[in-house]
Amino acid sequence: MNVEFINPFIKTTAEVISTMAFIEPAAGKPYRKKDQSAGGDVSGLIGLVGEKITGSFAISFTESCIRKIVSNMLEEEIDEVNQDILDAVGEITNMISGGVRAKLQEMGHNFKMATPSVISGKSHAISHITEGPVIIIPFDTEKGPFFIEACLNEKKKDK
Amino acid sequence: MTDTNMKILVVDDFATMRKIIKNILKKLGFQNIAEAEDGVSALEVLKKQEIDFIVSDWNMPNMSGLELLKAIRSDEALKDKPVLMVTAEAQKENIVEAVKAGVNNYVVKPFTPETMKEKIDKIFA
Repeated sequence: MNVEFINPFIKTTAEVISTMAFIEPAAGKPYRKKDQSAGGDVSGLIGLVGEKITGSFAISFTESCIRKIVSNMLEEEIDEVNQDILDAVGEITNMISGGVRAKLQEMGHNFKMATPSVISGKSHAISHITEGPVIIIPFDTEKGPFFIEACLNEKKKDK
Repeated sequence: MTDTNMKILVVDDFATMRKIIKNILKKLGFQNIAEAEDGVSALEVLKKQEIDFIVSDWNMPNMSGLELLKAIRSDEALKDKPVLMVTAEAQKENIVEAVKAGVNNYVVKPFTPETMKEKIDKIFA
């Protein structure tokens, strides 16, 4: 994956979380994912299908982290993973996807709109739609970490 | 000044997002708010209730925000209703498409209450 694609994810994720939940997440050093398992307990996954580049990205939140984020978003205390949390993770995934696609468009890459899916449960797996290395960008908050997983590759030419 | 007594219809398929938008509208002084979960149910509400202003998401099942906007603009009784599109789509062609379809203003998620106020004030200036 082109390293230039990493910054739009870091910037957009921080913007979305700070604007919606008034939390400033601290981005850590990106690294390559080694297995299928998600870093968190609730994850949103969305396709990024473009003309030249295609792939997907996911955001995976630890339970304490997403409870705090959604409590702030809705201005009410949420003490379990409920429908509000699943909806909010879908919405956050969608917003990050929109922001990242707008930034990638400025770099000359157009992507189509897509619909996110949300997965929850302890030690669930995330399967990206294309093969190729998955880059993880860890973020920390005072209520625990969350992780962005990005997998973007050049499209294989048709035979 | 924007009339805070007007009746606003918030259209979004996610209940959570409707709640967030309603909270923001309430912070801006609007109390008279109805809800719909997609374009189809929004049109039903618009036909039954006197709605002054529509705040709609774009990406929804059954009938998208853009299709709802086109349906409103082609309905004699509804065509002059102001519509604010709320969407995560910040790509230029999406904005152009919404403007062509007759949207009054456009706000890209995520947004602050201040941004929402600016967009609404511009519509009702």
